[in-house]
Amino acid sequence: MRLAILVGTLAELAGVGLTATATWLVLRAAEHPPLQALTVAVVAVRALALAKGALRYLERLTSHRAVLGEAVELRGRVYDDLTRREHVPSGTALTRIVTNVDQHLDAKLRTTLPWITAALVGAVVVACSGFSLPLVAGLLVNAGLLPLLAVRAPRDLTPLRAKLTEQTAELVHSKEELIAYGLFDDRLAAAAGTAKALSRRERGRDLTPLAIAVQFGAALLMLAQDEPAWLVMAAIAAFEITVPLAATTRPAPEPADEPGPGHVPDLPQLRGRTAIVGPSGSGKTTLLNALARRLEPSKGALADAHVFHTTVRANVLLAKPGATQEELDRAAAITELDLDWDLVVGERGEEISGGQRQRLVLTRSVLAHPEVLLLDEPTEGLDPGQADRVLEQVLDDCRGTALVVTHREEQLALFDHVRHRGPVGHEDVGRVG
Amino acid sequence: MVDRRHLLALIPVPFLVLAQAELLASVIGGGTGFSLLCLVIGVRVLVWWVHREWAHRAAERTRVRLREAFLRSPGTKAGEVATLVTRGVQDVTPYVVGYLPMRVLAVAVPLAVVIRLAFADLAAALTVLVTLPLIPIFGALVGAHTRERTARQWAALATLGGHFLDVVKGIGTLRAFGRAEAQSTAVRALAARHMTETMSALRVAFLSAFVLELVATMSVALVAVPVGLRLLDGGVPLHTALLVLFLAPEAFLPLRAAGAQYHASAQGREVLAKVPVPAGRTGQAPPDPAHAEIVFDDVSVRSLKHFSLRIEPGERIALVGPSGAGKSTILGLLLGFVQPDEGRVLVGGVDLREVDRAAWLESLAWVPQRPTLVPATLSSGERQQVALAKALDRRHAGLFLLDEPTAHLDAGTESLVLRAARELIRGRTAVIVAHRPALLAEVDRVVAV
Repeated sequence: MRLAILVGTLAELAGVGLTATATWLVLRAAEHPPLQALTVAVVAVRALALAKGALRYLERLTSHRAVLGEAVELRGRVYDDLTRREHVPSGTALTRIVTNVDQHLDAKLRTTLPWITAALVGAVVVACSGFSLPLVAGLLVNAGLLPLLAVRAPRDLTPLRAKLTEQTAELVHSKEELIAYGLFDDRLAAAAGTAKALSRRERGRDLTPLAIAVQFGAALLMLAQDEPAWLVMAAIAAFEITVPLAATTRPAPEPADEPGPGHVPDLPQLRGRTAIVGPSGSGKTTLLNALARRLEPSKGALADAHVFHTTVRANVLLAKPGATQEELDRAAAITELDLDWDLVVGERGEEISGGQRQRLVLTRSVLAHPEVLLLDEPTEGLDPGQADRVLEQVLDDCRGTALVVTHREEQLALFDHVRHRGPVGHEDVGRVG
Repeated sequence: MVDRRHLLALIPVPFLVLAQAELLASVIGGGTGFSLLCLVIGVRVLVWWVHREWAHRAAERTRVRLREAFLRSPGTKAGEVATLVTRGVQDVTPYVVGYLPMRVLAVAVPLAVVIRLAFADLAAALTVLVTLPLIPIFGALVGAHTRERTARQWAALATLGGHFLDVVKGIGTLRAFGRAEAQSTAVRALAARHMTETMSALRVAFLSAFVLELVATMSVALVAVPVGLRLLDGGVPLHTALLVLFLAPEAFLPLRAAGAQYHASAQGREVLAKVPVPAGRTGQAPPDPAHAEIVFDDVSVRSLKHFSLRIEPGERIALVGPSGAGKSTILGLLLGFVQPDEGRVLVGGVDLREVDRAAWLESLAWVPQRPTLVPATLSSGERQQVALAKALDRRHAGLFLLDEPTAHLDAGTESLVLRAARELIRGRTAVIVAHRPALLAEVDRVVAV
């Protein structure tokens, strides 16, 4: 980062120096001195012109390298922090965390670095001017006050964005239903209203015209004070660097904190193969999640169903990195997974069908072969015949203890116990077979 | 789509640039015109203020239009569209406020400067005239030379860049299998590879910027040094020499700014490229499905291959078959949400593609396999009940479509689905995707897909 600042400052100083030297050269020539008096200035003008281009190129490379290098470290740290948290944040919070990392790095490159460079160049020019008052005052305003005013108190647009995200998700996910029921136009109008409100509030504070006024106001004052022309031109060039700072925007980081899960249900005893059944919304999934959190990872693997954008093989191997091809094939046979091992599944598994995705996730659990097998609706999306067959094969293979949330009564014969989660707290444990 | 009205405010800019250089040369050369210079600078600030104000309004209007366009034809990937309408659209602001005005000025200002220089000092005018085109020429050469290479690199970068989000989103899965810590080194290694790849792409991409900067500064040197030497010989007056010195960089300034803004607005241009073409389809009035024959004529799309089926008015049909065979696709075709790649779907002899979709959808009732159009707090079984209730509201519908849920139904919901389905299919054309044997007794014909 220091190298980027140094190179950037030198590049800008070369530019300012070029303007100053060229002006000095012309005004000195007007006094008709001998040619030798101009030689140094002529060489300096040519050298500075070349140096500016080369330094600028180097500055862009070093600054990007510095920020990308920081990205390596920052991403690593953010990831490590996530592996240590007690609860895994929701998908939305995770996306926000990634967005915030990207924005932080982008701000470094586009805001922090140019600001430091401008301040350093300003300081050098001020020193060269012998602390010309209009120059000092103007630079303080342009490099200090205006950027501060421009970024001050960014509005928190998160609630509005969240509302629009929700409305958009509905328009996309339920588009067909909305059209089928004639509701699409109304919902679209509502979302467009939110979008309009958001667009209106996004207007940043752009103080560029003010910065230009300061730039030339200071130059005029310096002219009126009979400062040398080369200094006035150098001042205008130095101010030019500060003008973009007046439109600085800094996006507010999106809140990524959320409350952890509150109520922890009574956890059932783990013995034999247990089916959990009950009406929709009676907290079966919550129960399974709580159980998964309590167990060591090696003991009970609940497949949170993320499918990574990589090959089927890599997705399944997660569960047991050292597994042989034989073990993989055996697991796939149990779950009837019929995908090419080297197929890339696409972002969030978009290239494969819902049923295939479900069997892929199930294959992972089979390969992991945990002490306690936890499955949440493992056969959803499979046709009934296959669903029952696959579940039976998976249960036959497991190490004796399994907890499975299911809706299919046909499958209950596969279990030792059935646990009903009733809607109002009452819970029956039945025995099958 | 993009509002360009703010560009009108730029009309005075080339004239103000000329006037400012003229007056500055006069004042610095020891002549008069200080108060006039103050006035010109005042006007320049004012023009800039008006322009920026309009530019931000134009950007706001553009964002509103884009958001509406994205919402109107929202594609298929909710996550992508949501990102576009919330944050992505914001990226067009640098394009509207920064890049567009500079693109206009990059043409207008050099033109004005060269014309003025031609009257003051022909040699300087020619220098600028010759060096100016070098920028686009070198830019194009560098671009053409490296296009293939950079295209390959950017593709690799997109994959690497997406990796971090993918891994973070899957952290729950990684933790469940005890693989989270092991991935920590992989995250760093991939980020490091991302850095290396990006840097090698940037070394090439920044070459055009390097050429631009170099030509701009070199041309100032090429103008200033000869004019200084001629001034020494008394070949040109001081005022002309200063005017040339001040005007020459002005010819390159907007071009450099446009170059910088071009990079800053890259994301905005990407967003603009994604604007969907509005589908303004109005078709003919659909036949009443209660009295019209429905024909699938050799239809191929997705997993369906050469599928043909004839459904008589009032006939009740169940579709059965393994998962992924295309049962839901058949319903999608009937609804008009899926278009056949080959073949046709005819209703009363009319191709469904020619039919007005809104009117056609009015005339049928549909229960999707996984209804989503209910508040998120409901469980899947409850959603099914709500969707059924909606379908029951449509008793006038001549065609009933039911995609029976494969899972997620408790006994109570399941019996409700059965009862409602029996009620709904009585006495009208019905197509049902059946997963449970119970419904098969209610239909006239079972079709294996």
